[in-house]
Amino acid sequence: MLATLPYWGVSLIRILGGIVAVLLPAGSIVYIFLFKMMSFMQSRLGPMEAGPYGSMQLFAEVGKWLQKEDLAPDGADKRLFKMAPLIVLASTFLLVAVVPFGPDAWFTNFEAGVFYALAVSSVSVLGILMAGWSSANKYSLMGGLRAAGQLIAYELPMVLAVIGVVIQAGTMNLQQIVVKQNNDKIFGLHFLGNPYILTQFVGFIVFMIAVQAELTQTPFDMPIAESELVSGYMTEYSGFRFLIFFIGEFATAGVFALIASALFLGGWGVPFSWFGWHNIGDVANWMNVVGPLIMFVKMMIVVFLIMWVRFSFPRFREDQLQRFAWKVLIPIALANIMLTAILKVAF
Amino acid sequence: MTATTSGQVISDRQQLAYIASQAADARVNVELETEGMTLNIGPQHPATHGTLRIIARLDGEQVIWAEPSAGYMHRGYEKLTEVRSFPQVTALINRIDWLGSFANEVPFILAAEKLMGIEAPPRAQYIRTILFELSRIANVTLFLGDLGVQLGAITPVFFAFRDREYALNLIEAATGGRFHPNFDRIGGLKDDLPKGWIDEAKATMKKMKQFCDTIEDLLFGNEIFQIRTRGIGVIPKDVAMSYGLSGANARASGIDWDLRRDQTLPMAWDKADWKVITHPAGDSFARCWVRLQETREACSIVEQLVDNIPAGPIMAKVPRIVKVPEGEAWVSTENPLGEMGYYVVSKGDTGPFRVKIRSASFNNISITPWLLKGVFVPDIITILASLYFILGDIDR
Amino acid sequence: MSILDRLRSLIGDSIADSLIKPSDDLWVRVKPEAWRRTAQVLRDEMGFEYFCFLSAMDWMPSPFGKSEDDPTDEAPPRDDTIKQGYAGGDTRFQVLARLYSLKQHVGIILKVDVEDRGAVDSWVPVFAGANWHERETWEMFGISFTGHPDLRKMYLPGDFEGNPLRKDFPLLARIIKPWPGIVDVEPLPGAADDEQEGAVAE
Repeated sequence: MLATLPYWGVSLIRILGGIVAVLLPAGSIVYIFLFKMMSFMQSRLGPMEAGPYGSMQLFAEVGKWLQKEDLAPDGADKRLFKMAPLIVLASTFLLVAVVPFGPDAWFTNFEAGVFYALAVSSVSVLGILMAGWSSANKYSLMGGLRAAGQLIAYELPMVLAVIGVVIQAGTMNLQQIVVKQNNDKIFGLHFLGNPYILTQFVGFIVFMIAVQAELTQTPFDMPIAESELVSGYMTEYSGFRFLIFFIGEFATAGVFALIASALFLGGWGVPFSWFGWHNIGDVANWMNVVGPLIMFVKMMIVVFLIMWVRFSFPRFREDQLQRFAWKVLIPIALANIMLTAILKVAF
Repeated sequence: MTATTSGQVISDRQQLAYIASQAADARVNVELETEGMTLNIGPQHPATHGTLRIIARLDGEQVIWAEPSAGYMHRGYEKLTEVRSFPQVTALINRIDWLGSFANEVPFILAAEKLMGIEAPPRAQYIRTILFELSRIANVTLFLGDLGVQLGAITPVFFAFRDREYALNLIEAATGGRFHPNFDRIGGLKDDLPKGWIDEAKATMKKMKQFCDTIEDLLFGNEIFQIRTRGIGVIPKDVAMSYGLSGANARASGIDWDLRRDQTLPMAWDKADWKVITHPAGDSFARCWVRLQETREACSIVEQLVDNIPAGPIMAKVPRIVKVPEGEAWVSTENPLGEMGYYVVSKGDTGPFRVKIRSASFNNISITPWLLKGVFVPDIITILASLYFILGDIDR
Repeated sequence: MSILDRLRSLIGDSIADSLIKPSDDLWVRVKPEAWRRTAQVLRDEMGFEYFCFLSAMDWMPSPFGKSEDDPTDEAPPRDDTIKQGYAGGDTRFQVLARLYSLKQHVGIILKVDVEDRGAVDSWVPVFAGANWHERETWEMFGISFTGHPDLRKMYLPGDFEGNPLRKDFPLLARIIKPWPGIVDVEPLPGAADDEQEGAVAE
């Protein structure tokens, strides 16, 4: 269907799709997990007034934030201060660009997809550092510095965890990785395809821990640490700039979950053997509609894990967190790479 | 193992903390020192439960020097007691430790009774003890929940607020006030217990014990909680004694000292079978653990006492206008936060001549300049949370 | 050997006065020059290792009574004879402190005479916890402590003048507006009978 449209039409659809792919997960995550699941875990009801079961609460919150004054502290570096949230959100949009949602439902499809995703996910560090520095607040500065240290430290185990997948798939193209997972067989069985969570389980765990840290969710939330640093780099923000940080936080959670499901859970696909497909050319067109739904379900499962941990755990201390990254996660990820490489050559 | 100057043997871990603080000291004196950052934690800060202000000089994330600055909530109770009559003072001192308010009334009333040479009837003593322990449960429950929040775990606090409500409902049913009962009278109590209260109390104590189990599963067993609290903020025994630390803070440093057991008061603690919980480590974990166990003990004290409340009056015969004979009396009790005592001086008037209020948090927090040296910023919060202060109890 | 005897054998003539109330407490008033030494001896020789509190007393009856007068009226005449409490005393001000011996489960209340705006030795070298208590006492009574490392205000703003717990410091709130709570203790019908009987408890 897309092939019959002119180029600008395709681009327009993809841009709109990108916005939906960022905002829709963010909204659902906030409502389902932050409002409702957290409340049920804490034996309360959560928002109940706005809309049925409080489902319109999010719109009420957004409306509230948009009405608030756009404040900047007197001592702040105003230009950086105002730019910072936008950079954080931009990194989310850049990140979603390489996620495939179906055989044709992608935004860009290029060979170094994994490499690109890991590269642009670091852009948010810039935004956070800018926010921390420009706020002219000691708490913000400490939050920003902690965030920078933490995000860079956890970038490494994340990259190393993904390398296992890349070695196994033999490609860095996310679309190809998804196709491979659904087209392969494991132990001679075609039934499940070969989602890499089975063979790369260690990689998946390391990846999820690193994602938790990249998202600065508890137990890795020292950059925000509301009981220590008030709100870390977000302390001085209010109004729609805070809203952008907020969207950024949960949209990035959604996008990382999408990437995790593409890398480890078989992405948008169903095992090709179910329908007798053999390569991407065979995949039926309806997968462009069903694929995003499958992705959404998988994303929610992954985000559920992230949020479950977030609501249950206390937080690490900064030095303990660094020690955990360098002394535990990175060696495990390296061992995983070595093992994957050996097995890849052996079989 | 090393011996300090006072001859006490300390563990390797305490030694490490000591070295860290010495290193922090040394760094101040090095000429090439970079300029530190002074961080004002409070008076408005999410971690100071009230308006405590901590001025900390930092080197990176390490604290070189820290000093709490109190007084943002000073209400001058010692001055105010001098212009109030004895029964009026009860309403005031309720507000010192506002989470365990009934427990604040008891030592003052006991001191007044001591000066007057009267004693509450046995039934009143039992009910006083039960309400005292209930306020301990209500108070420490909040601590256990709040501990999670200070460490970044948001779930425990909601369980704490939910279950504390049961204890508060009991207090409210008996006294009419949830937070400020103002129920204790010289010579006894204002009222007897309402009908059905004893069964309700037993059911509630079961719930509170379950709450303790929940918190133990949710928080104390958590590895992150353990590495955040074990070996952090170690207070050796001799330091704890010279700073006058009391309550769970002292017992967590291995000081076997509980005023409920170690002094004779006209209260009913000796009628129940319970243990004094101590822990040898002296770190944040020990303090939290001791409080958790004490909540369980308090539940068991209540359970035992409600079954054995003797019959009889709840008020001794006292004149309508209370005039306390001349004299001085010191009475302290083991309050939820630690030793709360009143030095009451009377000149034979309707009101006290002078009341010195010895509150637990004042002493407990006075150790922080010593304790916070050399720790990291996140540890300030854990240590303060584990020392457990109520701001009204520091400033009075 | 009782605690008092033992203390007397150790610091002997430094004890100015003492009072024992059986099954209640022990009050000891020491001479000012022996104030710190008493603490040292009690801690090191007698096992009183636990510092409870330190504060002060102003024995002068308040010239404002219970601050219940109408501020517009002439002040009624009041008895202002200074009468010290247990274990006696010679001065208007006294510093008092309490120590515990955790082994013997017993406490002791120590008192020392101090002149108006005078000074006594600080206890900080003996009990580190005395630091804040002495700061508070200095702020509230104007009694200073020689040898205290950091004697500055604890609660009040730095430019506050006066020492609030001195009896001659008026309770300003009561001067602006008379205390309405006085009705609470108005004699009730029949109250006079109670007074006559002097009935306390049996």
